[in-house]
Amino acid sequence: MSEHLPVLLVVVPLLAAPVAALVPHPRVAWAITVGAAGWALYAATGLLGRVMEEGVIRYELGGWSPPLGIEYRVDAVNAWVILIVATIGAITALYALRSVERELERDRIPLFYAAFILCMTGLLGIAVTGDVFNVFVFLEISSLSAYGLIAMGQDRRALTSSYQYLIMGSVGATFIVIGIGLMYGMTGTLNMMDLAERLPAVMDTRTIPVAFAFLTVGFSLKLALFPLHLWLPNAYTFAPSTVTAFIASTATKVAVYMMLRFFFTVFGAAFAFDVMNVDMILLPLSLVAIFSMSLVAIYQDNAKRLLAYSSVAQIGYMVLGISFATVMGLTAGIIHLFNHALMKAVLFMALGAVFYRVGSVELEAMRGLGKRMPWTMGAFVAGGLSLIGVPLTVGFISKWYLITGALEKGWWPVAVLVLITSLMAVIYVWKVIEVAYFHEFPGSEDDDGALEAPLALLIPTWALVFVNVYFGVDASLTSRIAGDAARILLGEGAP
Amino acid sequence: MSPENLMIAALLTPLVGGLLIVLTGSWPNLRESVTLVTAGITLALVANLVPGVLEGGRPELTLIEMLPGLELRFRLEPLGMIYAGVAALLWPVNSLYSIGYMRGNNEKKQTRFYLCFALAIFSALGIAFAGNLITLFVFYEVLTFSTYPLVTHKGNEDAMKAGRVYLGILVTTSIGLLLLAIVWTSVLAGTLEFTPGGILAGNVQPGMAGLLLMLFMFGIGKAALMPVHRWLPAAMVAPTPVSALLHAVAVVKAGVFSVVKIVVYVFGIDFLASLDTTQWLLWISGFTVLSASIVALRILIQQGNLKKMLAYSTVSQLSYIILAAALFSSMGATGGSLHIVAHAFGKITLFFAAGALYTAAHKTEIFQLRGVGWRMPWTMGAFAVGALSMIGLPPAGGFISKWYMMIGAFQAEQMVAFGVLILSTLLNAAYFAPILYMAFFQSEEPLRAAYADGHDPWHVDWDHGEAPWPIVAALTTTAALTVLLFFFPDVPLELARAVGESGLTAGLGD
Repeated sequence: MSEHLPVLLVVVPLLAAPVAALVPHPRVAWAITVGAAGWALYAATGLLGRVMEEGVIRYELGGWSPPLGIEYRVDAVNAWVILIVATIGAITALYALRSVERELERDRIPLFYAAFILCMTGLLGIAVTGDVFNVFVFLEISSLSAYGLIAMGQDRRALTSSYQYLIMGSVGATFIVIGIGLMYGMTGTLNMMDLAERLPAVMDTRTIPVAFAFLTVGFSLKLALFPLHLWLPNAYTFAPSTVTAFIASTATKVAVYMMLRFFFTVFGAAFAFDVMNVDMILLPLSLVAIFSMSLVAIYQDNAKRLLAYSSVAQIGYMVLGISFATVMGLTAGIIHLFNHALMKAVLFMALGAVFYRVGSVELEAMRGLGKRMPWTMGAFVAGGLSLIGVPLTVGFISKWYLITGALEKGWWPVAVLVLITSLMAVIYVWKVIEVAYFHEFPGSEDDDGALEAPLALLIPTWALVFVNVYFGVDASLTSRIAGDAARILLGEGAP
Repeated sequence: MSPENLMIAALLTPLVGGLLIVLTGSWPNLRESVTLVTAGITLALVANLVPGVLEGGRPELTLIEMLPGLELRFRLEPLGMIYAGVAALLWPVNSLYSIGYMRGNNEKKQTRFYLCFALAIFSALGIAFAGNLITLFVFYEVLTFSTYPLVTHKGNEDAMKAGRVYLGILVTTSIGLLLLAIVWTSVLAGTLEFTPGGILAGNVQPGMAGLLLMLFMFGIGKAALMPVHRWLPAAMVAPTPVSALLHAVAVVKAGVFSVVKIVVYVFGIDFLASLDTTQWLLWISGFTVLSASIVALRILIQQGNLKKMLAYSTVSQLSYIILAAALFSSMGATGGSLHIVAHAFGKITLFFAAGALYTAAHKTEIFQLRGVGWRMPWTMGAFAVGALSMIGLPPAGGFISKWYMMIGAFQAEQMVAFGVLILSTLLNAAYFAPILYMAFFQSEEPLRAAYADGHDPWHVDWDHGEAPWPIVAALTTTAALTVLLFFFPDVPLELARAVGESGLTAGLGD
């Protein structure tokens, strides 16, 4: 079975989704979701193990070899992304049970889980495939289910924010499919490896730069690169808590992966950076994103929205690392994919637990929660410290690579800006902590008893806190994989 | 036990102690016993490390490799031994004092207080044992965050404001400047190990070296070099045992310890002395010494808050150590290292006395100290010893360290530094002597009469005696230590000499 892992990774959840939609009982649907996500995690670790041992895994779907058939191709880069999606998927699936029961009407829950599984399947599919049109297909699967998931939020504004996301997301997807179509027209292939071989011959045409431009804009929309991020804050704020935790930690990461894959593997770093000079766009935009969005985050009064803006800033860090186009810079970007997924998932899950008890994540409503929900807020503090980049958390590892990468290139001001924005992160994280720990609970005297969230929410959250600290103390594994991935992308050959 | 295991044991003891403190939180007597026993064991473990280091042993061990080339590593050398020794020696004394103070004042949340204290000592020892810059940085940050709940202990608006200043300055400087300096060093030198003679010589141009030194010196906010000193007076809202052990010893000494460590083991004394771009450190530290003394003098003249005056005195005394390091001579480094010990003993005594005054009589302002000497002879006697040490007069330990710093100034032919030392001695005398005069030679009667009608915002108890016995015992001990350091300075002196020597490229002692 293990040689079929690449396809089973996607097929098993894909089949599980309709089953989850059809079962009448919400808890059964949940169990199916946990099973599907658990399977994905199992397959993802298996794939990563094999990639670390054997190098690239190639799998021909249905035995049809490319260019006719679709090829799944797994190397250190996407094995890593698959693991991120599967890990977060499995943990948020566990977390979903109580949170979803609290936030959704009962008859919608099976549909919710079906959409959740589909969304995860789509993201896994984007990561695993080696065929550019297949990327688009999976992108649509994940996006459409994500629109549905967000629209299920309790707040009525969830509908409009989902609609906003739908419009922007569809524009992005259209740009991507136009880019793919142009490439297909010039080369007659959709396989990434074949494209990489045939594109250099037609690089001088006007069509390929146009395709590159379309793809760049499409990816930027999907990964919410400033100023194409406008869909993100509302979508994150009004989506159900589980969805926010899942999508914030995976969807944008996979979009970053697409950008990496197309820029470096399909087009090649030489074309993307030396001919098209895409770094001249990515660098300033990411810097503006990091700075302005951190600033905006400071002024938010809703904890989820605050974290959403922080996400846009953090995506800026990843794109910044990519724009260096050096091993150190790419390593920083790739390791931050994982690290940011870990920290944001913890933070959003803690907020989900707050919402579960308090029914709101407005800062106003979080007064005095430090005493009333000590474990929940403890997890939030841990995730916040990681977001700031305090040593012994994964956030520090990311910052270390990013600053080293900047200084290696001699880009002083960039290093300084990264540090300044870390301090801005201190401010916006502290804003929440101060409200929770130093403001008195406004309610009546007899109401200030313990309010701790159920274990079903706390255990997954704290499991991720543990991972945050573990890979912050011993980052040798994550840094090795990220380093390998960076070298593969830059064509320097994996060891 | 091998020295390596002793180091690990010494680090773990406060951690385990902290856990036990939480578990025994409901039984105050048991909890305090845990604190005392933990502090005692830590002291014994650290003391056992001293002979090995004196004989030239440099125990080291790697805890974990965070990233390739980025390790959490410990390596004990004389300077670390000095700092660890001071912190471990004063923790038991301070714990005894804390018990008297916290109970005497009915403070709340005592379990959290003792837990954070244990964590702070843990991080102080981690800083002392650090074998490279990244380990130092990690524990430096842990120290900041573990002391934040202590600063905001009172939980009122003032405490929160002070906490914001505290965290704001310390975190801003450490992440904004120190971390940048560390990453830069790693890019330039390819290593972060503390190496006798330094790692930067030959890897950096003179102009850049000056800039890098600036990032380090202002990045270490805990050393309270002006203008990043504001957190220290702000932190005085904390209960006095915190001000005593943390803001006179553990935290601020972590700052100046890091300064000396970086000057000696990252840049190297010879390398710094050969540059023109690093002389500014002497001027800025000299400026801090004098201006902080002047602020302290102003507080005395206004008869303001005693702890605030002591805080500015600390700012000034810390810059002595930076000044000594900035002489870039081995004798200067020796004097600076020794002053870490001398100032710790003296200043903790002064803070203990301030806390005793508060506990016994709610006296916090300088004008209230008239005639207090005869009501609290032990307290004010100890205060006098501490004051002598600050001024640098025999028979107090401060004399010895100042002596070496002055020799260092001569050796380095830095007459400016020499002048600063002399002038500040006068200033110190000017703001400590009047307090002693007021305490022993003025009468409290006029004050008493003035506040007899009940309009007393401080709620001073005029018919007080000595503070509770644990407090008196603690401050007598530290006063005795201050005097003993004058008569028996051998062990710290030998360690301090080894520090001075290992800064030279020749690396005699190491």
